[in-house]
Amino acid sequence: MAMIPPKPAATTVRGSTADLRRLIATARRWDVIFIGLGLLALGIGILTFLALFVDMLIDGWSRLRPEFFAQFPSRRAEQAGILSAWVGSTLVMIVTAVVAVPLGVAAGIYLEEYAPKNWITDVIEINITNLAGVPSIVYGLLALGLFVYAFGLGQSVQTAGLTLALLILPIVIVATREAIRAIPAMIREGAYAVGATRWQTVRDHIVPYSMPGILTGVIIGLSRAIGETAPIITIGALTFIAFLPPAPVTAEFPYLSLEWLQAPFTVMPIQMFNWTSRPDEAFHANAAAAGAILVFMTLTMNGLAIWLRYRLRRNLKW
Amino acid sequence: MRISPRLVAAALAAAVSTAALAQSALVKVDGSSTVYPVTEAVAEEFQKAERNAIRVTVGISGTGGGFKKFCRGETDIQDASRPILRKEMDDCAKAGITYYELPVAFDALTVVVNPKNTFLDKGITVEQLKKMWEPSAQGKLLRWNQVDPSWPDAPMKLFGAGADSGTFDYFTEAVVGKAKSSRGDFTASEDDNVLVQGVQRDVNALGYFGYAYYAENQGKLKAVPIIEKAGKPPVKPSMESVLDGTYQPLARPIFIYVSARALDRPEVRKFVEFYLTHGSALAREVKYVPLPDRAYAMNREHLARKKIGTVFGGVAEVGVRIDELLAREAKL
Repeated sequence: MAMIPPKPAATTVRGSTADLRRLIATARRWDVIFIGLGLLALGIGILTFLALFVDMLIDGWSRLRPEFFAQFPSRRAEQAGILSAWVGSTLVMIVTAVVAVPLGVAAGIYLEEYAPKNWITDVIEINITNLAGVPSIVYGLLALGLFVYAFGLGQSVQTAGLTLALLILPIVIVATREAIRAIPAMIREGAYAVGATRWQTVRDHIVPYSMPGILTGVIIGLSRAIGETAPIITIGALTFIAFLPPAPVTAEFPYLSLEWLQAPFTVMPIQMFNWTSRPDEAFHANAAAAGAILVFMTLTMNGLAIWLRYRLRRNLKW
Repeated sequence: MRISPRLVAAALAAAVSTAALAQSALVKVDGSSTVYPVTEAVAEEFQKAERNAIRVTVGISGTGGGFKKFCRGETDIQDASRPILRKEMDDCAKAGITYYELPVAFDALTVVVNPKNTFLDKGITVEQLKKMWEPSAQGKLLRWNQVDPSWPDAPMKLFGAGADSGTFDYFTEAVVGKAKSSRGDFTASEDDNVLVQGVQRDVNALGYFGYAYYAENQGKLKAVPIIEKAGKPPVKPSMESVLDGTYQPLARPIFIYVSARALDRPEVRKFVEFYLTHGSALAREVKYVPLPDRAYAMNREHLARKKIGTVFGGVAEVGVRIDELLAREAKL
């Protein structure tokens, strides 16, 4: 950095404008350099992703036909599809969301609004932060011992959903807390001032206002969960499965069935992994197509989060 | 939205009652990734033939991981790329699981080089392979002419199976003489496609993997004929040489183990019978070498005579002829 050198008082008046100009020019140059570096960093990230995605699209393009979504796995690459995989992934995500969202949001609200500030709360907080960094395979091993063997839930959709729910629970909790903290204190104080109870404050103000942030956290968590392979393999997801779980809606009374929770299943990343390791190269096109669809599913979820956040933010008035 | 408690109760009741009712016919298979392509093909055709009245699931837990589940009674059939080991036999015995051991096809480990390599066209002896792969070669045997002075003075690049695979176990057992005993300074991968690419890109490379990966990549790789002992002719891996038993010692049988208790269920019995009837043609289709027809007939006879147990006694063996294998007494 150029500094203005100390000069004799007599020349200061004449020299100062030139010096100032030089100083501004230097500062501007630094701005340009920083913008360049930032764009470079951004470009590396985006271009790498785009290159991978486009490469996958090109490799898998010939397989991206409607039948690909409606066919079961097969030993013949051109007859193989992702029906059991995408249905499995979707069902597992539903279970994960249904379990992780209420638990995570409730835990976050409790920790922010109700929990007394003492060492137990501190320990819980540190644990949650640490849990977010635990490798996913560890959750898989835990789930194998706990859900599969101790609880006898089997190698089923419900076990996978619960496992991934555990995995994303810390993400949801942290996101909920961040969102609640972003609410100005005056909102809470205002509610208390007019005599609202803690629960009324939470229900009518805290939850609605923090909803955009919570949703973002939930979707980030689910986006991570949908790509997970290690814990799902650990609990015993299958590779070849040519039938669908039972339908949730039935023809007879009571028209609803939760039998699909106990069904064996496979998910997209496992199907992809199996296809990439095949000797026959035609399967590699299938893997690329399945990969492109998985990326698309993740992007759709992220897009949904952005849209929801935008819509909910519009309704906020404070 | 309000959810009525009555609706929730009804839904729960439905879940419980249907779960109890819907024990529809299901055959569970798990185990080796090497056997998987054959079992997958059989499962696919079987479900079609049964019009989906019987459902089959196939998992890939590896031979070792699969046996753990099998000996706990969690699966009906186990895919195995090697015979059951002593420890696994004990586990099964403890849980009261008895089983039939049915060889279903051959897998031929194939030694491959770059298509530009010509000095190995005449074949390689098992002795030379041992010299290249044994642990004492690590860091020392780095050039081709160190193995055989008539070979070029060029760096030797080795590619092989990852240490967790049955392929690695069998290759080291057959070549070095002791399972898992290998030099460590080679490019190892559990994904055989990585090995295919590695050998394809390097003129000085040599690698080994299952026959199916060679069969699908014949234009990019060259298989090296194997000379079992000095004085014997070099033999290229092929359907014929594996079938007639001349491709030694790198051809190995692969198995399914069927739980005797599960076999009492009609759906499992039907599946196993379908496997033994159509396994030969389907194995060929997925580039595995089928057993001779009489072997499938013998398997069927063993099932009929309730010949339970293994003929290996818990130890891995190399270069067993299929006829000899099927004639042996089985033990639990």
